Amino acid sequence: MSSESTIEDNNSRRTFLSGATCALFALGGAGLATPYVLSWKPSARAKAAGAPISVDLRKIPAGTMRVEEWRGLPIYIIKRTEEMLNSYQGLDDELRNPESDDEQQPEYAKNTHRSIKPEVLVLEGICTHLGCTPKFRPNKNEADFTGFFCPCHGSKFDFAGRVYKGVPAPTNLKVPPHYYADDNTLVIGTDGKDTA
Amino acid sequence: MSAVKDKGINLLHWVDYRLPVIKAFKTHMSGYYAPKNLNFWYIFGVLAMLIFANQLLSGIWLTMFYTPTAEGAFASIEYIMRDIDSGWIIRYMHSVGASFFFIVVYLHIFRGMMYGSYKKPRELVWIIGMVIYFLMMSEGFFGYVLPFGNLSYWAAKAILSLIGAIPLVGEDLQIWVQGDFVVGGATLTRFFAFHVVLIPLLLLVCVYLHIIALHQVGSNNPEGIDIKAQKDKNGIPLDGIPFHPYYTVHDLVPVVIFLMLFFAAVFYFPAGGGYFIEPPNYVPANNLSTPDHIAPVWYFTPFYAMLRAVTIDFFGVDAKLWGLIVMGGAIVIVTFLPWLDKSPVNSLRYKGRPSKVMLMLFAISFLVLGILGTKPADWAPFWVAPLFTIIYFGYFLAMPIYTRMEKTKPVPTRIGAHR
Repeated sequence: MSSESTIEDNNSRRTFLSGATCALFALGGAGLATPYVLSWKPSARAKAAGAPISVDLRKIPAGTMRVEEWRGLPIYIIKRTEEMLNSYQGLDDELRNPESDDEQQPEYAKNTHRSIKPEVLVLEGICTHLGCTPKFRPNKNEADFTGFFCPCHGSKFDFAGRVYKGVPAPTNLKVPPHYYADDNTLVIGTDGKDTA
Repeated sequence: MSAVKDKGINLLHWVDYRLPVIKAFKTHMSGYYAPKNLNFWYIFGVLAMLIFANQLLSGIWLTMFYTPTAEGAFASIEYIMRDIDSGWIIRYMHSVGASFFFIVVYLHIFRGMMYGSYKKPRELVWIIGMVIYFLMMSEGFFGYVLPFGNLSYWAAKAILSLIGAIPLVGEDLQIWVQGDFVVGGATLTRFFAFHVVLIPLLLLVCVYLHIIALHQVGSNNPEGIDIKAQKDKNGIPLDGIPFHPYYTVHDLVPVVIFLMLFFAAVFYFPAGGGYFIEPPNYVPANNLSTPDHIAPVWYFTPFYAMLRAVTIDFFGVDAKLWGLIVMGGAIVIVTFLPWLDKSPVNSLRYKGRPSKVMLMLFAISFLVLGILGTKPADWAPFWVAPLFTIIYFGYFLAMPIYTRMEKTKPVPTRIGAHR
């Protein structure tokens, strides 16, 4: 017995071995978890859904809202009247993000009216708080407020979909990508650049 | 006759030699000494187990008829209600049972707060209990989504949007959890798997641990007196009585009364006046329109009211995330009671006036927030919900101060000694 190992040698060797074993098991565990985690992602079928939709604007009377579905989301198309367009001028102090700096719209809708044509507003009808559908309130008869009111937690938005201060919703309503195929045809779901 | 009896006893001993059934019965029933002064408030643990058994049994049966797909779910509930013989009663036992489970558990938790049941050495009993409560809330939420009525849909959407409030990873995490870009069939099927397999399994394990941990340290009592401190020469607590037969028989009376109330609800008020099953859930899910008035089921409403009470951004964090933090904090903070309570005594009976007033304020704030949560956002003046949220948290956060400062009454060593 010339190579007599001390107990301490043994201990450090054992610590190393059990550490290495644990590390390998952790690696194996991560490998095992992978298929379980990945399976939760949206399926190929879910990704394939969501083709653009087109809307004939002649069918929407001025001052009213139409709800269309795109990717399972409610899309609000509002033909604003002159009165509605004026309603949010000078509101800036009451709004959380009057300049629309929160990247809730494509570049071409980052303007005063948050739209391509001033009178036509296109919004995702999903409250930025907890995802309810805000109600369109065109008339002043209810609670002296016009704009969009979310019944779930009382968030308020003006007729450009901009969020008021003092409500739970953090950002303006989202403007989905859209463009005009011709004067009366609005296409939602793409900004028309990739359709060569 | 006696030969048959002998055979029975022989079989019992045969089993006991291989599996400690006699010992287990002794440890947890005939030899488990519970304080002799347990009152009305101590029935809710037993009732919770009873209603849990009801949920398991009726749940298994509902699984036989329910279809977990976005297209088929709502219709399969109607099928259970109309076409399955006795389907309606099984479903109502399950849906009313969910509400009764929470009623019973809220009273059970309040009992613990009154008599200091969370205090040393029962901290783990308390923590495991809070885990059970949290599991129950997820179970209740997943279960409410399954019929895929319109409120199911929007409740799922709201809760999943909460995940989206987490900074940086929130939105991707939300899509990952819901399994699609919107709440849909993929979400429903995984919620079904959680509701019928994962959460019930975890609940069973935690309920088992809750009881084992309790029996390790023994039950508290309304006086908060440690009965194990005074034992006779055989090591039996002087103020204890065996759980079986004393409490097993005793508990049968309240169990029967409870079942009368429960089945009165099942037969005559199955929707609980719109609180157990809310009216918009009698309409199939519609992804384009939120119901005019959306509120969670009653047992979530205190926390829901706190969630929407926060409407201002501060410290550079937006109100939506604050709402999530406040709501989560309101649940988590209860877990820390064993370390927030610095009082030398357990029971409210021996605590000072501040403790009594604060517990009362806590109970009131919980009820007021619960009522607010069932109402539209603009139903009460804007300051009401924040005020009661502050009171709710005040009970916990100020507890180390008022329990340390107040004057307590001396606790007798024996139960009933001061009478």
